[in-house]
Amino acid sequence: MKILVCISHVPDTTSKIKFTNNQTEFDSNGITFVINPYDEFGLTRAMKIKESTGATITVVNVGAASTEPTLRKALAIGADEAVRIDADPKDGSTVARLIADYAKEQNFDLIVTGRESIDYNGGIVPGMLATYLDIPFVNACIGFELEGTNAKAVREIDGGKETLEGTLPMLIAGQKGLVEEKELRIPAMRGIMMARKKPLSVIAAGDTRVSTTVVSFELPETKAACTMIDAGNVEQLVELLHTEAKVI
Amino acid sequence: MAVLVYTESWNGSFKKASFEAVSYAAQLANKIGTEAIALTIASSDDAAQLGNYGATKVLNITNESLATFNNQAYANAIVAAAEANGADTIIISNTNNGKAIAPIIAAKRNAGLITNAIELPSSTSPLTVKRKTFSSKAFTNYSSTAAQNVISITPNALGTIENGATAQIESFDYTATSSDNRLSSVSVDRASGKISLTEADFVVSAGRGLKGPENWGMVEELAGLLGAATACSKPVSDIGWRPHSEHVGQTGIAINPELYIAIGISGAIQHLAGVNASKNIVVINTDPEAPFFKAADYGIVGDAFDVVPKLIEALKIHKANN
Repeated sequence: MKILVCISHVPDTTSKIKFTNNQTEFDSNGITFVINPYDEFGLTRAMKIKESTGATITVVNVGAASTEPTLRKALAIGADEAVRIDADPKDGSTVARLIADYAKEQNFDLIVTGRESIDYNGGIVPGMLATYLDIPFVNACIGFELEGTNAKAVREIDGGKETLEGTLPMLIAGQKGLVEEKELRIPAMRGIMMARKKPLSVIAAGDTRVSTTVVSFELPETKAACTMIDAGNVEQLVELLHTEAKVI
Repeated sequence: MAVLVYTESWNGSFKKASFEAVSYAAQLANKIGTEAIALTIASSDDAAQLGNYGATKVLNITNESLATFNNQAYANAIVAAAEANGADTIIISNTNNGKAIAPIIAAKRNAGLITNAIELPSSTSPLTVKRKTFSSKAFTNYSSTAAQNVISITPNALGTIENGATAQIESFDYTATSSDNRLSSVSVDRASGKISLTEADFVVSAGRGLKGPENWGMVEELAGLLGAATACSKPVSDIGWRPHSEHVGQTGIAINPELYIAIGISGAIQHLAGVNASKNIVVINTDPEAPFFKAADYGIVGDAFDVVPKLIEALKIHKANN
């Protein structure tokens, strides 16, 4: 069985977001980049499948050479090979098309992505990629079990969950629940050493046309000072929520 | 030319987010100089009421093969309706189901897809829309260069506009294909009466300051009193005190209710990212230096076990008098 895990290279969750060039470019100065957390849940699920079935895991990223440490980290966690599609992606549909062009030739049985990246939060790549490859798509996947080629996938719905059944190939877009936080793997020294020897191939990007472009970025307005209420006077909070905020 | 809006329903009734989506579609249609057409699938609600939010026409699909949600079939039905009605812009709510169909529609139509929209387009040519990015730490204005577009809008970010009109209803047919049915639904597990976090007007949330899962009774009581959804911080869901589905924050659910009450949550940057779009934030924390106070509108420095019961009592009195 062949599994493809799509890896997005994103600012770590503690990053303070800043923009430059007249608010038209993300300022990566001082930013630490990591595997997108949603993708890491997916990669960990894929590792468990690999350990029980002997599947091989390919990780793919669309990005410049600067994203290679993130792919190496995925190899250190346990992926078998990495592919970098050499482009500076500007748009989710471009990323989906480039990965589809690559994956079409490879006949992956299972494609795993995160439900979205924590930087652009588009949630665009998984569903578009599945559609370009003409395979079923499970979004917000919080559980996945395989028996041969029969899969049972659980997806989050508003206020609950739904269990789906189908046969491979398919694409799942994961989040926490697919594995638990404590199951995430920190690469050991041995894994890091081995990752250096694993293949990381770079392939040229084909069609990089975009359908959307960033015009500008904005930061949220800073909040006015917080109104402090004495713990002995909780009634004042209710009064303010009623008369000032007008929410109750 | 037309704008097509998919109105999602749950158990046959329209979701609140659907009325927001129709209002959005109608305002956008008005800007372009065209009409807003709503599409309902497996809804038993009164579709004519969508006219009240600005739809001139409602297409109603009742085909048995679409009786329950199926992302492939629903996406294809929406594409078919858009094609049959010359719609080049499709509006969808950014709910879990909306997120599962929007990219399929965009790929099938070769459309530009702008998700998480929080404002009406600032320009219609080229279509330019502001959306939430960086997990609500920033906003990004996107322009589409595509001839067809799909916009999914954040629930609770935009209100509704009512005009008292009723819409004419037409039936539209689409039958799910075998390709649509490659995945089948085995079971749906949804607590009845539970308020969905993304659509909730009020959210009461608690963190590690509550010391243990056995202390959530007062959080639930406060939420019940306000008609609020309950939520929690990431550490609390990671240690298993509360289900993952309640985790709000950067890697959980992003929310933007009218009122967010955070109890015993210090306000790490990852938590703030998911909740800072809330219109009013109340923070209750023992630590006066908790970073959350900087992002709050109202703050109480105090012990949750002292403050929350008092707040419940004060709210009961308020409710009795108003």
